[in-house]
Amino acid sequence: MELLIPDMALVVLVGASGSGKSTFARKHFATTQVLSSDFFRGLVSDDENDQAASADAFDALHHVAGKRLRRGLVTVVDATNVQREGRAELVKLARDNHVMPVAVVLDLPERVCQERNADRPDRDFGPHVVKRHVAQLRRSLPGLHREGFRRVHHLRGQEQVDAAVFSTERLRNDLRHETGPFDVIGDVHGCRAELEDLLGELGYRLRRDDRGRPVGATHPGGRRAVFVGDLVDRGPDTPGVLRLAMGMVGDGDAFAVCGNHEQKLVRALDGRNVKVAHGLAESLAQLEAEDPDFVAAARKFCDTLIAHYVLDGGRLVVAHAGLPEHYHGRASGKVRSFALYGDTTGETDEYGLPVRYPWAEDYRGAAIVLYGHTPTPEVEWVNGTMCLDTGCVFGGKLTALRYPEREVVSVEARETWYEPTRPLTPTRPPRQLALDDVLGKRVVETAVQGKVTVRGDQAAAALEVMSRFAVDPRWLLYLPPTMAPTEAHGDGDLLEHPAEAFAGFHARGVREVLCEEKHMGSRAVVLVTRDPSVAPRRFDIEGDGAVHTRTGRSFFDEPLTAELLARVRSAVTAAGLWEELGTDWLLLDAELMPWNAKARELITDQYAAVGAAATAVLPPAVSALAAAAGRGVGVADLLARTSRRADNAVGFRDAYRRYCAPTTGLDGVRLAPFQVLASEGATHHRQPHLWHLGVADRLRAVDPLFAETRRIAVDTGSPESVAEGTAWWEALTAAGGEGMVVKPAANLVGAGRDLVQPGVKVRGPEYLRIIYGPDYPDHLDRLRKRNVAHKRSLALREYALGLAALDRVAAGEPLWRVHECVFAVLAMESEPVDPRL
Amino acid sequence: MGLRAVRRNPVSPGPAVGQTVAVLLTLTTTGDPATDLGFLLFKHPDKAQSFPTATGTAHVFYPRADPEECTAALLVEVDPVALARGKGDRKRVATLGSYVNDRPYAAGSMLAVALSSVFRTAMTGRCDVRQELADNPIPLRVGLPAVACRGGAELAARLFEPLGWAVAATAVPLDPLFPEWGDSPYLDLVLTGDLRLADALRQLYVLLPVMDGSKHYYVGEAEVDKLLRAGEGWLAAHPERELISDRYLAHRRGYVTTALAQLAELDGAAEETLDDALVEPVVDTAPEAPEPLAVTRRRAVVAALREVGARRVLDLGCGGGALIRDLLADPSFVEVLGTDVSAGALRVAGRRLEKLPDRVRDRVEVRQSSLTYGDPSLVGYDAAVLMEVVEHVDPSRHRALEQSVFGTARPQHVVVTTPNVEYNVLFPTLPAGRPRHRDHRFEWTRAQFREWGDATAERTGYTVRYLPVGPEDPEHGPPTQMAVFSRLEGVN
Repeated sequence: MELLIPDMALVVLVGASGSGKSTFARKHFATTQVLSSDFFRGLVSDDENDQAASADAFDALHHVAGKRLRRGLVTVVDATNVQREGRAELVKLARDNHVMPVAVVLDLPERVCQERNADRPDRDFGPHVVKRHVAQLRRSLPGLHREGFRRVHHLRGQEQVDAAVFSTERLRNDLRHETGPFDVIGDVHGCRAELEDLLGELGYRLRRDDRGRPVGATHPGGRRAVFVGDLVDRGPDTPGVLRLAMGMVGDGDAFAVCGNHEQKLVRALDGRNVKVAHGLAESLAQLEAEDPDFVAAARKFCDTLIAHYVLDGGRLVVAHAGLPEHYHGRASGKVRSFALYGDTTGETDEYGLPVRYPWAEDYRGAAIVLYGHTPTPEVEWVNGTMCLDTGCVFGGKLTALRYPEREVVSVEARETWYEPTRPLTPTRPPRQLALDDVLGKRVVETAVQGKVTVRGDQAAAALEVMSRFAVDPRWLLYLPPTMAPTEAHGDGDLLEHPAEAFAGFHARGVREVLCEEKHMGSRAVVLVTRDPSVAPRRFDIEGDGAVHTRTGRSFFDEPLTAELLARVRSAVTAAGLWEELGTDWLLLDAELMPWNAKARELITDQYAAVGAAATAVLPPAVSALAAAAGRGVGVADLLARTSRRADNAVGFRDAYRRYCAPTTGLDGVRLAPFQVLASEGATHHRQPHLWHLGVADRLRAVDPLFAETRRIAVDTGSPESVAEGTAWWEALTAAGGEGMVVKPAANLVGAGRDLVQPGVKVRGPEYLRIIYGPDYPDHLDRLRKRNVAHKRSLALREYALGLAALDRVAAGEPLWRVHECVFAVLAMESEPVDPRL
Repeated sequence: MGLRAVRRNPVSPGPAVGQTVAVLLTLTTTGDPATDLGFLLFKHPDKAQSFPTATGTAHVFYPRADPEECTAALLVEVDPVALARGKGDRKRVATLGSYVNDRPYAAGSMLAVALSSVFRTAMTGRCDVRQELADNPIPLRVGLPAVACRGGAELAARLFEPLGWAVAATAVPLDPLFPEWGDSPYLDLVLTGDLRLADALRQLYVLLPVMDGSKHYYVGEAEVDKLLRAGEGWLAAHPERELISDRYLAHRRGYVTTALAQLAELDGAAEETLDDALVEPVVDTAPEAPEPLAVTRRRAVVAALREVGARRVLDLGCGGGALIRDLLADPSFVEVLGTDVSAGALRVAGRRLEKLPDRVRDRVEVRQSSLTYGDPSLVGYDAAVLMEVVEHVDPSRHRALEQSVFGTARPQHVVVTTPNVEYNVLFPTLPAGRPRHRDHRFEWTRAQFREWGDATAERTGYTVRYLPVGPEDPEHGPPTQMAVFSRLEGVN
């Protein structure tokens, strides 16, 4: 005896104590699928038979069942379930999770149950209990369907119980095995001519009946159409549209989901009392002229339409009014209602129409959702969803999306067939990120480091900075990773030296490295657009772009930012990069000089203050000690120490002074781009660094705003080359330079555990005074013990997150997906590591 | 490449740099014979002596000691790493600023601590050899070549002149190469006067940290007693006694650096510019007003909430929870949810709430949220309050705020208060053109506020009315302006 259950179901076993439910459940289901009331009684009370613990036990059981059903797992409840109230709770639980409740009744003679219980010493509750169970079961049987069980399997006697075999049935909305390709078509609303046009445009061959009416359409490439519903009403030829769609569906050339208009048409045809409005009258009049057989077939077609389909392994969902992720592949009245009508806010607009809840704004699912229902002038992707209703019947367009190609194909309406109640102007608010997109512990999937975890406390710190100081997230496509310094230099009077950097890359098998001058400025990320129309279209925001720091703050106020962006834009244009990269926006990683353009506050409050205090106090201290020493007091050591410190203070002051140059407006500001992060549809971290610097050189050739990044290529396997690179660094730092960054010449190297540091910094001895304090050369021995492992690990994780952000930008993914990565980088930066590394 | 294991405790600040540098104070007297200073200080003029202190080592030596003139020098070598780590707190985050900082060089509260431990007996006024010397004023000159003084030469004069000192103070420039940067917070300070030595020392002990106003020094209850002892005989009559005790006893944060400070530093910003959620505005009382503006404002907000009959209230940007406390005092507010983006502010608010009785505590919750992200858990409240919040949000993010509050949370009513910038001219202490709080991204005129409020209401389906808060000036209006938005029923 085959017992069918949907592959997403709550299976409720019903049977008296001793009817063999647990044995039955064990036989047919995995242990984890079965939630037994006895077991839960044990969990909450240490006694499986403690009836006083039943309430708590069922509480816990329902909780666990709810968790499982939310995950779409078949769940079996092993309890007597002979009372209506108990079952009602389970039916509700199934409905709340939009899965089907199924009852399996183990209907065994009372005698059998009594005998079995008698064999079990722990069941000492007496024969009257089983008697009552059996009686309750009898009374329950006729009403199980009415209680809401979608299937009731009644097993009479042990023989049937033994013979039972379960098999799962796919839900009717489950077309995961249909992998396309598809052409998903928006609301047709009786526009038969436009539908013919569109199918032609899509490459379908129409089949016509002897009266020339289209009755089918086949694509020579085996593509199939998917209608998002609302085939009917308002337009000039609802019967013609139905005839064509029914033919296509019947021939296997199309699928169709139900729209709210189909639903209402069926009710009207059934003679139910519906308000004839919104174009229903047109349909009814048109159908009046049709053959009754056709009307009957059309009624049946509309009546049996499924509310939503899950296609292509779950990657595509089609529903008339859209569908949030937790409804995908589920079945309940609520799911159907959402799919047909969508959600409303409960408010009505100035035209008296219900305000639709913008579910797509909240959508964070992985599946693409295609839908219609709400006419909009132009289609657009919103978090991986697209509304294909472009108001054909209102004189707009009829639109299809080619899946998986994601190509939009539209045909113009031949005329305005129906006047819209409200204009088709887009009124949607700007795209918004949700707190849940960033807060709490998060795991971000990256290509080069797999899953990267962000802790809740890190996210909390980042939230404050992001919310209060960062530029609009729509501009914030990337944040640069932290960079680890080289291992400490083994001996001599230097803390950092190129030797360790070269050796480090060599040990990782990287021979070709590029040494780039480390600019004495601040890290800057520049997003520049080709013209003012780009940002609204591409990034959903007005403006020219952004120039932001490594924590996402804008460098300059709006006018100065605009001025800087205009310079960058002109240079990119003059260098011919828009055409070359096939893009109308560009994201650049750069250094912005001088340092005090941004860090003025830090320099004056901290570095200059240290310099001022040290140079004010140390000379008098030296004089006082010298005087005491002159009197023969034993302060020689202290005097020597203090004199050296006086010199260090002067060196410290010199060190920070190199970073300070006066700027007025953009005068004095220089930009040194060193990496093209992304452009339309492309990331560039697989381009060698010399390619990136080549782009920078071309910008520099057209505008002196751009500064040169000096560089030298080094072969880490060649002692001569290493010596040459070392000499280069020595000359650079001797001339007051900050140091250099050594990068694998090929750019991205390795992945996972073999991911190579994207860059290692080697800082000059004078610059390190700013970092380690004026007197650091006195303490090199202690400083050499620094541990860079944590910083290096952090650098790799942030690097991976940054690349993930760029990949997502290039792929045109929704803002929240990009922001998730960018935010994660900022969160990681709040991780406490030795800040001097 | 080293494969050393990651430290188990990555927050410890790494290898220490014993960057010991100096803080200097010289104390000079003349005549009678001057070398008796040695007896007064209990330190022999021909010896150099060293004493360990909490933050380093204090050295006492005499650059000059002859009968005409005698100078004692106190040089404190400070270990900035010990300073960065603080006492017994290894779990703290260190920022770069806590390694490279001016504390080791600038006389301040650390010098005060060194004074009290090295010259403890002298401070009591005891002198075993020549008690009459200790009991009487002697000519003194105190030299402090780099003393932190937040308030400049003028403050130094206000503090020391009433005590009988002649004050010669020169501001130390931040960097002579960059005169446009102005002066550093340090003075080259010389004090001259005839005072009892014990008084001089005790005055320095109190006034050095008062001048410094620095944050590294946590002041606890015990400090009150210390202040009273050290101030005996001179503080009570000092014209600036309130300022002195306020600054001395100000309940400051410890030298705790936060994750936020670390993020600030990445950007080359001072920590305070980011971590300022609890910083009070620079002006907080309207001229001739009987109470601080904050109190008036909270009362006005509570009154507005009562008037619209709100029972479940959101306090968006609750800060340390001052409004929450007022709301809880009225049982008609049955549920209060306070949110802030600042984890620091929430900690303070949380601590305050912990002390409430359970029944009151049950009505309130505080948690982190952000006004530029949509937070669906804020849906369904009667009213939301944005008290002195919008001016902390960049205008470029106002649409995001609007969407979060009026779109996502969408309470029945929204109460917004913000400064009226027109009124700023009436604050005598507020320099022209300066905002009331350093984090204010803007301050609106009454017309600008209405422009924003009207547009927001129009876009989001609310009505709005405007109310003054605080004493209204006929020309400049009230110090604070308030808007009460109410949702239009059934219409978007």
